[in-house]
Amino acid sequence: MSQEGALAATGIGHGFAGARVLDDIELRVPKGEVLAILGPSGTGKTTLLHILGGLLVPDAGHVERPFERPAYVFQDPLLLPWRTARGNVAFGLAGKRLTRGDRLARARSMLVKVGLGHSEAGLYPHQLSGGMKKRVALARALAVEPDLLLLDEAFSALDVGLSREMQQLVRLDAQEREVTVVLVTHDLSEAVRLADQAVVLSGRPGRIVARLAIERPARLRDDAFVEAEIRRIAAIETIRDAFRPTLSI
Amino acid sequence: MANTPWRRLVGGGERRWAALGLAVVVALWEVGHRVYGDFVLPSPLSTLAALGRIAASGDLWPAVVTTARDALSGFLGATLVGTLLGGIAGRSMPVRAMLQPIATMLIGVPAIAWVVLSLLWFGGSGLAATFSVSVAAGPVVFAAATQGTRTVDGGLRTMARAFRVPLGAMVADVYLPHVLSYLLPALGTVLAMSWKVAVMAELLSGAGGIGDGLAAARAEVDTAKTMAWVIVVVVLLLVVDRLVIEPVRRHFETWRRGLPGEAA
Ligand SMILES: Nc1ncnc2c1ncn2[C@@H]1O[C@H](COP(=O)(O)OP(=O)(O)OP(=O)(O)O)[C@@H](O)[C@H]1O
Ligand SMILES: [Mg+2]
Repeated sequence: MSQEGALAATGIGHGFAGARVLDDIELRVPKGEVLAILGPSGTGKTTLLHILGGLLVPDAGHVERPFERPAYVFQDPLLLPWRTARGNVAFGLAGKRLTRGDRLARARSMLVKVGLGHSEAGLYPHQLSGGMKKRVALARALAVEPDLLLLDEAFSALDVGLSREMQQLVRLDAQEREVTVVLVTHDLSEAVRLADQAVVLSGRPGRIVARLAIERPARLRDDAFVEAEIRRIAAIETIRDAFRPTLSI
Repeated sequence: MANTPWRRLVGGGERRWAALGLAVVVALWEVGHRVYGDFVLPSPLSTLAALGRIAASGDLWPAVVTTARDALSGFLGATLVGTLLGGIAGRSMPVRAMLQPIATMLIGVPAIAWVVLSLLWFGGSGLAATFSVSVAAGPVVFAAATQGTRTVDGGLRTMARAFRVPLGAMVADVYLPHVLSYLLPALGTVLAMSWKVAVMAELLSGAGGIGDGLAAARAEVDTAKTMAWVIVVVVLLLVVDRLVIEPVRRHFETWRRGLPGEAA
């Protein structure tokens, strides 16, 4: 039944210090497809991503992860403060059989792709803006030529134009090399542009309350399609419920 | 005009203040000499003359070499073993729980006790000084390395694990730069301690070195010569600190420049 090379999670449950955060999560992402995880803050999206990536062992359930080169963009960029932007991207390649020169060259060209030129490449993280740090983290992930890419709000600190560009970069790269992608986002339009399927997490503990499929191939999704799709999704009752404001001001 | 050779020699504002501080000490020294006389406090000039006599007799250089060997070999041993064990203890609770009380105990033992013990164990060989320095300095290095390793950012460790970074890169790029910010200040202190303990051990063992010279000066009741040896130790310490520790610190901390709360 299990398709070749799919990322599959069955019966995932997890808690921190007694408080249940995730319950009964079932997911499968066929090889080369993109899954978006949506949901309000604090419902366990980051926790689920860590479990899918094998960085956290869940209390219950099982993850099938038939991948060799996973790569991550974390919600906090998690750059080494004592390495330059270039050094940080090269650090992701430390496990590869490359010379130091090759690593740095690859890091430089990947930084250019995320819009960071020669002068920025030599800066330390504390000298970079929030969005620049996120792009360095993205470059670090793409540089390893992953077969599994996990993105935690990778585009959230960027302006609209730049975030569209970065999404495009990820989409093209993922299509070209058949990368399986899981992305966490608060931005519905990001999910609609990139994802083949989306799940909405909600509640405490977080459960999957809605599943969506976006059928049209990602490269054919124009602005009109994205807008119509967002309107369609936002009208779904369970999704409206999930995002209903809980704070009364 | 700002770059005249004289300026470059004396350095910027900071160095000029340091020079002024030194001048005050020498002036006070001279005053003390005038008040208490030659026997208690020989003048700076006669101390320099005594230093000249030691150098002329050919005793200076071998003593410097011996003391440097004793102090630096002990320092190196303490640094290697202390860093290694401290690194392991920082990562492993059982090792830490086992070694930390031992380190605290060792720190509590007076350095002079180590000197006496190692003289009993190793006799008059140079090994006694090396050993005393190592056991006196090692636990201090250990404590700093443990603390540094324990406080490495868990997020960065997760990130490195996520990218399947090999152990060597993990140690060199994630652990070491952080641990060094704890280790380098400790190494500065420990280096100074190394010279003191080495001289102490030499003084009692009589196996050569500056301590041996001090013992001889004492036997001859020659205060000027004693002071001259003290100056040799201090200069040696300063030179090694500036030549070794300072460049290492500079190299590893370039990234801190411009960090909030750091001077440029
Ligand atoms: N290491 C941890 N220890 C204890 N509790 C944790 C830990 N990590 C997460 N939690 C808790 O788990 C819950 C879910 O956190 P998580 O970071 O997965 O949420 P999220 O959906 O990613 O939120 P956001 O959209 O704000 O990033 C939160 O209540 C949080 O307090
Ligand atoms: Mg999160």
